[in-house]
Amino acid sequence: MPDVTFIVDGKTLTAPAGTLLLEACKSHGIEIPAFCYYPGLSLQAACRMCVVRIEKMPKLQTACTTPVAEGMVVITDSPEIAQARKATLQLLLGNHPLDCPVCDAGGECELQDMTFKYGAAESFYAEPKNHREEQKWSPVVYFDRPRCILCYRCVRMCGEGMDIFALGVQNRGSSSIIAPNVPPQLSGVVENGVELAQLDCEQCGMCIDACPVGALTSGTYRYKTRPWEMNHTATVCTHCGDGCKTTLGVRSVSDGTQILRGDNRDKSGINGDFLCNKGRYAFDFANNIERVTSPLLRKNGELVPASWEEVLTFAGTRLRDLRQERGPNSIGVIGSNRTTNEENYLLQKLARTVLGTNNIDHHRTADFVTLATSLQGTTGRFASQHDVATSPAILLVGGDPTNQAPLTAWNIRANVRLNKARLYIANHEEIKLRRQAKAFAPVAQFGYGAFIKSLAEDTDFSKLLHAEEKLIVLIGNELRGGELASLIKTLPNASFALLADYANSRGASDMGLLPDVLPGYQPLQGSTIASEYGAAGAPGLNSAGLDLLAMFDAAAAGKLSALYVVGSNPIQRYGIDPAALKSTFLIVQDLFLTETAALADVVFPAANLYEKSGSVTNSFGDLQLVSKAADKAGTRSDFEIIVRLANHMGHDIKALVPFGKGPSSLGTRADMGQTRGAASGEADRHAVWLTANNMEPRLSPFDPFAILDEIQRLVPGYDKLLRLQLLSGNDQHLAPASTGLVQITAARKDLVLPSADTLFSSGSLTRYSPMLQDVQRHQSTEAPSPLASAD
Amino acid sequence: MAAIQNTIFTPGTAARFDKLATIYPLKRSALVPMLLYAQDEVGYVSDAVVAEIAQRLDLLELDVRSVLSYYSMLRTQPAGKYNVQVCTNISCMLRGGFELLDHCKHTLGIGHKETTPDGLFSLEEVECIGACCWAPAAQVNYDFHDDLTPAKMDAVLDSYRARETK
Repeated sequence: MPDVTFIVDGKTLTAPAGTLLLEACKSHGIEIPAFCYYPGLSLQAACRMCVVRIEKMPKLQTACTTPVAEGMVVITDSPEIAQARKATLQLLLGNHPLDCPVCDAGGECELQDMTFKYGAAESFYAEPKNHREEQKWSPVVYFDRPRCILCYRCVRMCGEGMDIFALGVQNRGSSSIIAPNVPPQLSGVVENGVELAQLDCEQCGMCIDACPVGALTSGTYRYKTRPWEMNHTATVCTHCGDGCKTTLGVRSVSDGTQILRGDNRDKSGINGDFLCNKGRYAFDFANNIERVTSPLLRKNGELVPASWEEVLTFAGTRLRDLRQERGPNSIGVIGSNRTTNEENYLLQKLARTVLGTNNIDHHRTADFVTLATSLQGTTGRFASQHDVATSPAILLVGGDPTNQAPLTAWNIRANVRLNKARLYIANHEEIKLRRQAKAFAPVAQFGYGAFIKSLAEDTDFSKLLHAEEKLIVLIGNELRGGELASLIKTLPNASFALLADYANSRGASDMGLLPDVLPGYQPLQGSTIASEYGAAGAPGLNSAGLDLLAMFDAAAAGKLSALYVVGSNPIQRYGIDPAALKSTFLIVQDLFLTETAALADVVFPAANLYEKSGSVTNSFGDLQLVSKAADKAGTRSDFEIIVRLANHMGHDIKALVPFGKGPSSLGTRADMGQTRGAASGEADRHAVWLTANNMEPRLSPFDPFAILDEIQRLVPGYDKLLRLQLLSGNDQHLAPASTGLVQITAARKDLVLPSADTLFSSGSLTRYSPMLQDVQRHQSTEAPSPLASAD
Repeated sequence: MAAIQNTIFTPGTAARFDKLATIYPLKRSALVPMLLYAQDEVGYVSDAVVAEIAQRLDLLELDVRSVLSYYSMLRTQPAGKYNVQVCTNISCMLRGGFELLDHCKHTLGIGHKETTPDGLFSLEEVECIGACCWAPAAQVNYDFHDDLTPAKMDAVLDSYRARETK
């Protein structure tokens, strides 16, 4: 739209025609207060705080509903306007309690801020306040009625943003209230003889987030602390594969630093202000008293606490002996899809260069190898999460983002609502997002192959799709291998993304936690990484190793001497018979004594993603910085444990983690062309790369950025990484290299096992999160008949 | 339109609702008339009424409840057989509306929005019923009684009692 020019408070401003006056002023640094206005939601004009004087208009106008116009002359601050806003505040405070010091929102309340600014605390209204008891609508949503100023942000957020419509406005005038969708007489919840209304919804807490006052409060945070008493760290959520940015509020406790709150009020990153139930509340597993906080060693058949030194020495020595006695390929390694890229890279490097085996795998939840190889030779065809929010057309094949990838669903809804994007869905179930879809193609279960064939035919659905010039395709984990490849082939102009299930599922794949693929989907032979690893002294890396299931088969056959499991619970997730491991030396590092850890000979207590630094890559390939927010005494990061284990195996640490000055290791040394004079001889590739990129060597072997340097140097795709962007907390979209990737055959085994997580479960962490347990109970007993919610 | 299975309404009302849902440009516009007709038939807007109307108009039950709670003449509890509504808005107030209301409270022994134990009468203080020129006025179910005094009110109440004993 063309720009228009207008004058605000004597300053000449320009903005695109159609911009709301309030937004135009905001982007020029002029603040106009508003309670009911919320970016991205429909306009309400209910609160009258944003009134401004516009020349030639008879009365004060609401800036939140007035589009800017050419030649408009606006005054946003004058005694008249201040008086009008003060009067509005006095009316709002007529029934609002004046007890900010005890309110949960004290210190971060928009009403409090405005009252300070306009000095309206002394009210004309001396009548007794209409007090009501606060209500618990669900384990995570509480409502304190007198504090509500009826801005309707929560109602619109729930209806428009989440497409749930679980909140409504009931009664009339001064007795109006926000009401949840399960009325008291139908909830079956009785407390002290009073029936209580309940909330049946996705429990995302967006209503609480949007609430400008303390009317809606969070069950996990309320009355625990004050915003200014916490430290705040921006990091990435550990749950699903969407990779939402979250700001964690933490405080010190006797055994470390405890997480109290998660939100994204700075609206930065790929998720804006969005967080789902898990992102907002399910950090409580980190505070669970069942956390393993000391290394455990099996003595006389029982796991008993022991010192780090004792356990590391034992495990390192044992691994070294087993490698010597029974060969490198008798050892297996299973990685995690919740650990950082650096840890994943380090783990596979440990397997390939220290242990000397390709027997490495992880719990795969999407077929990224097929995606990377199918798009080989192309550029710009990997979709980013940002594309979901901006692309004019989206095709969703399989999957159910509402439950599996809530941010993706949020972005799809916002894109359809705000940008009139066209959504096409093909699914074997009537998923909730079909309400936003322009066209819905029902698919038989396991019938995606037929659906892909139908795209080549002249159906109404395929006509619509082929008419789209810029299409992004989101693919659920129903499609993998040959079907996935043929879908990509069928839509030669579209860009693609796979929906995986965990915070770093994509990173685990990209970093080569796979038996047949090196980091960056590089082949086992002929790539730079292969030659560097090979030179590090590990023969026998030319053929694919054992995959996860084959490792357990080998173990059952007595052929697996040792298994090193990092942050994974294959016994439970894959239903492995524990007896398979009876003759295998098992090392597990995890947060909890999971089914797998309970069988181990050695257990290392690991830090979770909120307690370490590094980077993760979401399902879409958006790489983000992970910052250490919390801390738990007794645990160590997976990175440190892996390095220490290699050290106790007698391995040269500099060969594993490039750090410090001086020659790092043989593997990275090569003739770089300096063949004459004093500079002749072998140069250290890593040092040369660092110098070329103006970087200093890292000082500690426990610095994940030392490995990030190596990732950037060696992993095609990740070489595009921009450090300043990373350190600024911005996401960057990375795609695997477009050439030279591994060749996969049609006979490659399909080992994708979807996690089958819902909105209220998160793999093995579910049972350690009291909040998730409580919400599951609430949704099944207190809101049993789905009225409106996620279906 | 999808037929409603096992409707809770009489066939006549159900047929009327089927038609109501089709005559407005937006289906949901039929909500208020439907609620009024349903209240006349059932006596009040019960949870079952809410559920069926929501289903008929493709609304959420929450939407129906939000509208329902806005209007004071829609009730969610059963009223007496004769619902006495005394106006105390300005014209009636000036001409003795409050005295009339107090008188009713006294003679019936019930307060605002309460029902006599025999279920015969319920009492309600209402806003303007549009009979200002004959104030003070009261409405019993859909019958108007105007230019009232406490004595006239007694006669009105007696006339309804008399209907019951016949």
